[in-house]
Amino acid sequence: MPLLEDGRLRPDDWTSIEDDAPLPDGPAIISLDRLRAEAAALAGRNAPLGVAVAPETQPEEIAPFLDRLALVAVRMPKPKDGRAFTQARSLREHHGFTGEIRATGHIIPDHYAMLLRCGVTTVEVPEGTDPATWTRSRDAIRVGYQAAQGADRPLSLLRRKLELA
Amino acid sequence: MNALTYPPHARTYRYDEIDREFLQERIAEFRGQIERRLAGELTEDEFKPLRLMNGLYLQLHAYMLRVAIPYGLLNSAQLRQLGRIARRWDRGFGHFTTRQNIQFNWTKLEDVPAMLEALAEVDMHAIQTSGNCIRNTTTDEYAGATPDEVVDPRVYAEILRQWSTLHPEFTWLPRKFKIAITGSPNDRVAAQVHDVGVLAKRNERGEVGFEIHAGGGLGRTPIIARKLRDWVPEAEFLAYMEAVLRVYNALGQRENIYKARIKILVRDLGDEFTQMVEREYERMPRDRYRLDPEIVAAIGAHFAPPPFASLEDQALHADPEFRQWASASVRAHRQPGYASVTISLKPIGGIPGDASADQMEAVADLAERHSFGEIRVTHVQNLVLPHVRQEDLYALWGGLRAAGLATPNIGLISDIIACPGMDYCALATARSIPIAQRISERFASLDRQHDIGECFINISGCINACGHHHVAHIGILGVDKRGEEVYQVTLGGSATNDAAIGELIGPAFSYDTIVDAVETLITTYIAHRVPGERFIDTYRRVGVTPFKDALYAPA
Ligand code: SF4
Repeated sequence: MPLLEDGRLRPDDWTSIEDDAPLPDGPAIISLDRLRAEAAALAGRNAPLGVAVAPETQPEEIAPFLDRLALVAVRMPKPKDGRAFTQARSLREHHGFTGEIRATGHIIPDHYAMLLRCGVTTVEVPEGTDPATWTRSRDAIRVGYQAAQGADRPLSLLRRKLELA
Repeated sequence: MNALTYPPHARTYRYDEIDREFLQERIAEFRGQIERRLAGELTEDEFKPLRLMNGLYLQLHAYMLRVAIPYGLLNSAQLRQLGRIARRWDRGFGHFTTRQNIQFNWTKLEDVPAMLEALAEVDMHAIQTSGNCIRNTTTDEYAGATPDEVVDPRVYAEILRQWSTLHPEFTWLPRKFKIAITGSPNDRVAAQVHDVGVLAKRNERGEVGFEIHAGGGLGRTPIIARKLRDWVPEAEFLAYMEAVLRVYNALGQRENIYKARIKILVRDLGDEFTQMVEREYERMPRDRYRLDPEIVAAIGAHFAPPPFASLEDQALHADPEFRQWASASVRAHRQPGYASVTISLKPIGGIPGDASADQMEAVADLAERHSFGEIRVTHVQNLVLPHVRQEDLYALWGGLRAAGLATPNIGLISDIIACPGMDYCALATARSIPIAQRISERFASLDRQHDIGECFINISGCINACGHHHVAHIGILGVDKRGEEVYQVTLGGSATNDAAIGELIGPAFSYDTIVDAVETLITTYIAHRVPGERFIDTYRRVGVTPFKDALYAPA
């Protein structure tokens, strides 16, 4: 599926690998179970590695592996299920993760601005997505009353114009 | 803009350009969402939460638009506009709710954008009045006026409003989230039956801090909140709130809607919940979330005391009818020579919380004349004029009488909370409003009501408990029993400092006999009370048995 990054579509150069399939040489996304089971063997791998976490996974569980991960994929099984927002924010804020955070699952354009503000980098979108719908949603509201990930200024309710990219 | 015609001394939060820009952008966004829904770009499942977060419900017969009244504060220009909306787009009425909001029960979908524009003209909206997000914070209707206030809760309620508005992390929670805050040691906001209840207080040095309770709630599993912390310093207030919400968002149940409120998580985890919040709070980059004293001061300026005249307290006018009204409706004020006045929206036989467009306009006029143009909505569905000169009380009473708003029953047995029930609500299993009307008619004699004294009756039309029946002195819950509406009675609930969940007294009563049952409870109380005792005091002293015997004794 295509990816949305900075409001533009781009092809996905990562591959999701089933637990029992061999790892390719290119960028690969594996499950947390596999990451745990093969941690020692994976330590020597050169190609980029990513992990897909379930909504119920606590970011602490992947903390020990973060320094060798280039990507964490979080998932919204339903549009109403907002656990990914806290996972993303926690990865950035508590664990200092600087790699790609990818949002997958049932995501609608109306989530986009909030995902970005919680530290998400890319969104997996269906084939045929019109990125203009997403950027319109993202830019619909330019006022934010809270501190966002990525903004270096602290929480300020009085100086509250959003600085969106 | 209308904003320029705001009464100069009404202390509602005044929007600046950024707040207005936000509101316009939000309306445009919702209009776009409606268009995408109509074009088939959004499914009904995808659209529903977006519509709910903009205050639009689908009820039994029509759409309902729930308008936010932030922490129950209104100025007269806003109330007048609500009256205009009621007349133009509803059937001439608005319905004030237990969350200090107002609902328009007969809304047409195509009128919604125009209604939102009309609200925006007076800096109002319907954002986050529904949906699984942080809802309108409620607070003490006597804030800034009551003598027992230690901290002005409006300042922090406004801070919470801004912080929770479209919060990027907490807009897709497991379930709705309701916060109440009080700044008085006498809890008038039912803090302990909220998702989070906040008690603002001061330490010996006079600094502001917050006692935080979490996990209270009513609904089908009523629970009294757990105290998480005795003291959170002012600067860390939002950091701590973030910590509570994060733990809930990460761990709250999402599969079963009846177990998704924070109260279930707190109940199941117990002390571990507190520990998790503390751990989250400890590791947060505190500077990022610090509540700057400058911001507190700037927001505080919106709620500075109005220019009170220097007056002395004075005796009430001698008119006995006026005195009867005053004894129920007039409340002491911190400023000598002033009083707070509660306006009953519970006329005998009326629909609790309803006000006509004419009445809204009349109250707006009276507020301008007598209360610096300021009005409050209470969580028992009445209105308050917070700052009235004692010397004006008699004239105000005359004005209220002319508008049909002088029922002297505040705090008495006909000051009933009732949810919309079967008359409007799609979830209802029984009627609720007609029960309130019939009880009110049964006890129509005001002399009798004053003799009975303080007694709270709350009625819910189903187990979701929107009528807060669990925390009433006499709680009534309508349920469906094999196709028949029957009414269960609970006794001894309380939503104040001594918060308690009422006890189910026995088998349910039919629609026809429930009012007789209430009458029996009252006569039993009268028979057992000692001087000075309220219904709840007698109940606590003598216990449930005499009431049970009276209700269920073979005739
Ligand atoms: S208690 Fe039940 S009937 Fe009453 S408003 Fe709530 S959901 Fe509807």
